[in-house]
Amino acid sequence: MADAKKIATREAYGQFLVEYGAEREDLIVMNADLSGSNKTDGFEKAYPERFIEVGIAEQDMLAEAAGIAHSGHVVAASSFAMFAVGRGYEMIRNTIAHTNANVKVCATHGGLTVGEDGATHQPFEDIALMRGIPGMTVINPADAVSSKALLRQIFEMDGPAYARFGRSGVPAIYDESEADLIELGKGFTLRGGNDATIIATGIMVSKALEAADILKQEKINCRVIDIHTIKPIDSDLIKKAAYETDYIVTAEEHSVIGGLGSAVAEICAKRMPYDCIAMIGIQDTFGESGKPDELLEKYEMTTQDIVNAVKRLRSIDAPSAKR
Amino acid sequence: MKTVNELNEIARKVRVDALRGIHAANSGHPGGSFSVTDILVALYFNVMNIDPENPKMDERDKLILSKGHACPALYGTLAERGYFDPEELLTFRKLGSRLQGHPNMELCPGVEMSTGSLGQGFSVAVGMAIANKIDKKPGYVYAITGDGELQEGIIWEAAMSAAKWKLDNFIAVVDSNNLQIDGWVSDVMPVMPIDKKFEAFGWKAINADGHDMQSLLDAFEEAKNTKGQPIVIIAATHKGHGVSFMEDVAGWHGKAPNDEQFVQALKELGCTDEEIEKYTGGDR
Repeated sequence: MADAKKIATREAYGQFLVEYGAEREDLIVMNADLSGSNKTDGFEKAYPERFIEVGIAEQDMLAEAAGIAHSGHVVAASSFAMFAVGRGYEMIRNTIAHTNANVKVCATHGGLTVGEDGATHQPFEDIALMRGIPGMTVINPADAVSSKALLRQIFEMDGPAYARFGRSGVPAIYDESEADLIELGKGFTLRGGNDATIIATGIMVSKALEAADILKQEKINCRVIDIHTIKPIDSDLIKKAAYETDYIVTAEEHSVIGGLGSAVAEICAKRMPYDCIAMIGIQDTFGESGKPDELLEKYEMTTQDIVNAVKRLRSIDAPSAKR
Repeated sequence: MKTVNELNEIARKVRVDALRGIHAANSGHPGGSFSVTDILVALYFNVMNIDPENPKMDERDKLILSKGHACPALYGTLAERGYFDPEELLTFRKLGSRLQGHPNMELCPGVEMSTGSLGQGFSVAVGMAIANKIDKKPGYVYAITGDGELQEGIIWEAAMSAAKWKLDNFIAVVDSNNLQIDGWVSDVMPVMPIDKKFEAFGWKAINADGHDMQSLLDAFEEAKNTKGQPIVIIAATHKGHGVSFMEDVAGWHGKAPNDEQFVQALKELGCTDEEIEKYTGGDR
């Protein structure tokens, strides 16, 4: 771990916007009356002509963002995670993601460490909502260096993304020299070990490293993985860890329902220790027009699909069959 | 430029196209399609700077149909304007069609924005008008909403935004048929007076007869001559206009005519016996 100076990831977001704004004239930053808190005020000062203040109106900000993006811009739409995702969910789903608009929803104040403002301002469901949307990229960086590295990658990519940042200062996880190694969609193995794996995201990554230090003194060698990209998730790395270390602990500043824990469980449950679960349902895509029965058939949700799934699983050699 | 009589004839054809699509799909929204048809025809044939041969022309005007469920009228208008063959309306709402149940910008030529979830298209259109101001592009952005749709809060957030930006390149049209799914707008959740509301938000409001081409053309002319503020045209319309048994009946918001009603409607829309024979023979 790099030195102990603590920086909030929202600070890194603000700095990134100013730096990136110099490189890209098509960058528009939008804000809903929180520029001091979500750190878009630096961009506002540097590029006032490309800063749009919508007032306390997150729904309008997100739909307008889609309109501006479809007019040839890349847009950073900024608010607190509670309001950007909570109030704005349907705009993000139908108007940004379904149209593949080049909007990055950048939300600060994610999770419990919002602190004193309490429950109404502490979102625990935002990652679950965002990762359920087809085509949405979701990042939750652990520190300033990884925040900037991942922000650059989502802004260079065409299409929607959700970026979650924290309010409170967090220890640095990565050195500047490691920034180039941080790759969107790839987990980062911070520690080796085969006794168990701790898979963490966001502010919980530093705590995972501390926990690994403590366990090492008890001769338990933990692997520690930073899953900074919740979607697309690095399923190969997670699967490998599950095979090699037997036990997995996940750590996230988010509800265990629908967040990192669920994402890891989906990978493990479907594939570990052998293919024992198949999931019938909408496989991470949008719908379309058609008759209900035609659609159920196209989306592989018929009775026969269930039958086939059972047969497919039964054709796999389960450990019990070998006994 | 088309004459008023020519525009009326095109609007008649668009209603026939829309109805054929809805009948073939056995689902869709005829009521709101027929109330908005004349507005769409006036825009696409006489008012807007567009080119069906070059739908992505940089300096084009854009129309967002925020009341996306009325897309049969939009598809009919785009087809009659030359974006695609009117016969394609017969694929409406069917699996694999470019003409989805609500408009899809990635599939259908001429559709500027995927809409359907009410209120959002209006706000998207404000965003496009802001972008045109920032980028110093000359194009106008038009957005059509229903009057019931004005009940969505996002409309008024966007209305404030449009006034703040002095969007004189933004012209909204309210298709004011006073009907929504559950009944009269004035009973379900009153939105009147619409003009006074927008004026209070800093807009220029113009009232027009939404089924009188000359009234619509005059309103668009006045709108384009307005500087320094966004403009709303409140077009008084009737749901289901053009087909007597659909007119002003909330029940025709979202249902298809049966075969008998289809023939009756085609007759009222001025189709010849030959046309009716053709349209009823091949569709089902």
